[in-house]
Amino acid sequence: MERNVVLKAADVSRKVSSPDGELTIVDGVSLEISAGETAALVGASGAGKSTLLALLAGLDQPSSGRIWLAGTEITSMTEDQRARVRAERVGFVFQSFHLLPSLTALENVMLPLELAGKSDARGNAAALLDRVGLGARRGHYPRQLSGGEQQRVALARALVVQPAVLFADEPTGNLDTSTGHAIWQLLFDLNAEIGTTLVLVTHDAELAARCGRVLRMSAGRLV
Amino acid sequence: MTRALALGLKTLQREWRSGELGVLLLALTVAVAALSGVGLLVDRVDQAMRLQASEVLGADLRLQSPDSIGDGYAREAERRGLATSRATTMLSVVLHDEASQLANLYAVADGYPLRGTVRVSDDPFGVPVATRKIPAPGEAWPDSRLMAALGAQLGDRIEVGTATLRIARVLASRPDQGSGFVDLAPTLLMNVADVEATKLIQPGSRVRYVALFSGDPQPVADFQAWLESHRTESERLRDLREASPEVGNAATRASKFLLLASLAAVLLCAVAVAMTAQRYVQRHLDIVALLKTLGATEGFVLGVTLAQLVALACLATAAGSALGYGAQTWLLSMLQDLLSAELPPAGLAPLGMGFASAVLLLLGFALPPLLRLSRVPAIRVLRRDVDPPKLAALLAYGPAVVAIAALVLWVTRDPWLALWFTLGIATVVLVLAGAGLLLVRVASSLRGGAGVAWRYGIANLARRRTGSVVQIMAFGIGLTALLLLAVIRGDLVTSWRSSLPADAPNYYFVNIPPEERDAFGDFIAGQGGQTTRMFPMIRARMTAINGEKVAGRRFPNSRAEGFAQREQNLSWAAELGAGNTLVSGRWFTAQDAGKPLVSVAAEYQEALGLKLGDRLSFDVAGESYEVTVSSFRKVKWDSMQPNFFLVFPPGLLDATAGTFMTSARYAPDRASAIAELVHRFPSVSVFDVEDLLAQLRSIIDKAVLAVQGVFLFTLAAGLTVLLAAVQSSRDERRYESAVLRTLGAPGRLVMQGVVVEFAAIGFLAALLAVAIASLSGYFVATRMLDVPYVPDPLLWVEGFGVGIGLVCGAGYWATRGALRRSPISVLRQG
Repeated sequence: MERNVVLKAADVSRKVSSPDGELTIVDGVSLEISAGETAALVGASGAGKSTLLALLAGLDQPSSGRIWLAGTEITSMTEDQRARVRAERVGFVFQSFHLLPSLTALENVMLPLELAGKSDARGNAAALLDRVGLGARRGHYPRQLSGGEQQRVALARALVVQPAVLFADEPTGNLDTSTGHAIWQLLFDLNAEIGTTLVLVTHDAELAARCGRVLRMSAGRLV
Repeated sequence: MTRALALGLKTLQREWRSGELGVLLLALTVAVAALSGVGLLVDRVDQAMRLQASEVLGADLRLQSPDSIGDGYAREAERRGLATSRATTMLSVVLHDEASQLANLYAVADGYPLRGTVRVSDDPFGVPVATRKIPAPGEAWPDSRLMAALGAQLGDRIEVGTATLRIARVLASRPDQGSGFVDLAPTLLMNVADVEATKLIQPGSRVRYVALFSGDPQPVADFQAWLESHRTESERLRDLREASPEVGNAATRASKFLLLASLAAVLLCAVAVAMTAQRYVQRHLDIVALLKTLGATEGFVLGVTLAQLVALACLATAAGSALGYGAQTWLLSMLQDLLSAELPPAGLAPLGMGFASAVLLLLGFALPPLLRLSRVPAIRVLRRDVDPPKLAALLAYGPAVVAIAALVLWVTRDPWLALWFTLGIATVVLVLAGAGLLLVRVASSLRGGAGVAWRYGIANLARRRTGSVVQIMAFGIGLTALLLLAVIRGDLVTSWRSSLPADAPNYYFVNIPPEERDAFGDFIAGQGGQTTRMFPMIRARMTAINGEKVAGRRFPNSRAEGFAQREQNLSWAAELGAGNTLVSGRWFTAQDAGKPLVSVAAEYQEALGLKLGDRLSFDVAGESYEVTVSSFRKVKWDSMQPNFFLVFPPGLLDATAGTFMTSARYAPDRASAIAELVHRFPSVSVFDVEDLLAQLRSIIDKAVLAVQGVFLFTLAAGLTVLLAAVQSSRDERRYESAVLRTLGAPGRLVMQGVVVEFAAIGFLAALLAVAIASLSGYFVATRMLDVPYVPDPLLWVEGFGVGIGLVCGAGYWATRGALRRSPISVLRQG
């Protein structure tokens, strides 16, 4: 694999069984994304964008095909091995934030650092929370934060390990327009600062247009 | 309403397929099984024990009179569906060739004994076998002592008054021979039809007429009340409690324990139902919000959920009743060898009770959350954080309190016990809630350091504070009940077993002349028998209490009357006997020798309402004594050691013409030794209590088995609570595990976090449970069951081991599924 390709999929498919027979959600997708690139996966609902994102991030196993993430093939790994890759190389931002309700904002951001065994988790997490403008709300629990604040915590949590790839699934889908704008502005700023590769799924044409590359999906294929 | 029912049943079917309702159904099923199973078991074992216990009387009720008892009582008893029989008993000399012996003639009619069995043998002191017959007219069944004293053989003829009877069998034992040493003379069992031919009943002769009654408990109790109000002054009524304090004690303790155990099961079931109902509601918030968005009214939604729950109640009743019925049948089949009494078959009533209890539990514990569910605002479809408004406290907790009170009242049938139990439960719940909250706070402060798993586990404990406290309470109550049962069961069994050791004396010897006292002791030792102390004994009658004559006075009950007017066995001793505890006053000192004092047993005190310092007058062999009550004693009658209601200091009665008594243990093959003893000491009366001992042991063994059976039900109920509690946070846990794994946490670490959280809950619940169980175990053992409390350090080990082990196991079970699924599929469900 070339040095600057950080994410590569070769003929990846994902099939699920349904009462009407087998259903192909992702159908023979191949792609390469280079380090530092920003790519948007767009397409109609049900086109398979989120499923492809989950496969690329190692959250799900393809039915066939192979995926390399940061130079390592993840398709042959066990779930725990993939977890280790995620802990060290990958960050996530979800549409519905997915913060751990039992942990404070600071503890949520510290979590990936601790899982990766990094030192000074507290200091790094606090610095990044300051950076996303939530320095004063470190001790707050997710339920005490607004949607935009929760997504900012999620963003800090995703970037705190300085991942090779940041995956974002409709990061502004649950937010109003102005908050959404603020979040994706922050997303691109931080991405530029850290130099992470960004792969995001979005319905937002404006957001997609900000990305360096737009990958369009239809019926499980890249078109 | 029809539409609500139809939709309710349709979605029930669908949800059933998705496996969501399984746990609620399980909780209800176990609740019904425990309730109906324990109900059936308690009922039937209780009946069996009462039947067996009443064997000691030969009937459920026994009426005795010096005057002939008319047919009126028997007719009334038969009208009420009771079985009746009668007997006539008197002292008379029996002649055989040159030999003569004073004997207690016991003339019985058909049907005797109404409870228990008569045992006979072919040789004196031979191997006894049970018989259902009574002596035919013209036959006599003398006991071994009488045979030995008369030197008679089977088939010989003996003279009883003017009648001649043929010895057909040797009487080994009869159920109503008692252990009170009233019948000092040997016994001859004969047919009541022969009494007239003996011409022994003359004016002035000492005859006792006996009427026996038995039947189902309620008619017997009703008849007893009727008899109490109709009997004449000279007629004495004896029931089980009075006839045999040993059996009465065991039966009372056992039924109290079974009662407690079934109440514990009821309580656990209620907790399980409350928790599963809560989860059911949580999982239906979105669906209900959606239904409302589509135009469903609050009433419609309530109708749908009620239809589902009633359907579940029906299913659970069917499954639970079948399970409960099967379990008690299985348990009773194991007990069959021990149950000599025939059990009436279990009725359908406990099954009805199962359904009623399922409905009651649902109404009390599921209705409030359901009401809340029906009030979910439709906006929840857009904003998932909008919860239904909270119910008013009365509506939220009122039905639960009413349901518990109703269930407790139903099970105990004692409003005061129900009230105290409910108040006790409320206190325990409040204490557990307060202590749980405090402990969670303390634990939360320990979340720093010690790694991610620790922080995550402890953080979960603190974040789900209400949930954690509820779980600690649920586990705590379950564990408390289980540990309390373990404590009390241990105490009961140990106390019962030790009260009847294997080497309990099986022979009593009365009427030992003072001059033969030492020779007798030596003789028994020479035969290999182990004797206990020798007790002086003298017969006396009470004449006055505080100067007021007792003769002709009316007493509140027949027991008091018996104590005041019957001849009593008195004794004197310098030391307090084994199995005696001083309740008040002081025991005799060396200076008290010869002083007119008396130590009185608690039963005697209660029956006659005596106080320390009261003066009691006795007629001892024609001489009058007035003594002052100096102490009251509690006596363990079931220790089978010789004991006395009235004990005097040494030096007061020593000069009277008393005799001695003792007891001894002989090996089972003792026939020749006893025969030799009877021959060597003809004036000594021998009592074989081996049968009585066996009877007592069998009752105790039965009680222990029943206790263990009920223990199993409670254990099952406790485990269901545990599952329900774990289930209640399962979805949340599954979601959090998925997020953690998305962030790169290995499965092992996720599991560690869960284990930390559950171990903390288990630890805190165990801490509370062990403390409460020890404390209440002490009170229940000493105050309610009247057995000594022995603190058990193992309880702490067991409590923490079982608590943490079970809770962690359940946590693992609830979480492992989440680790197998791909995190994205969990996250997509939200």
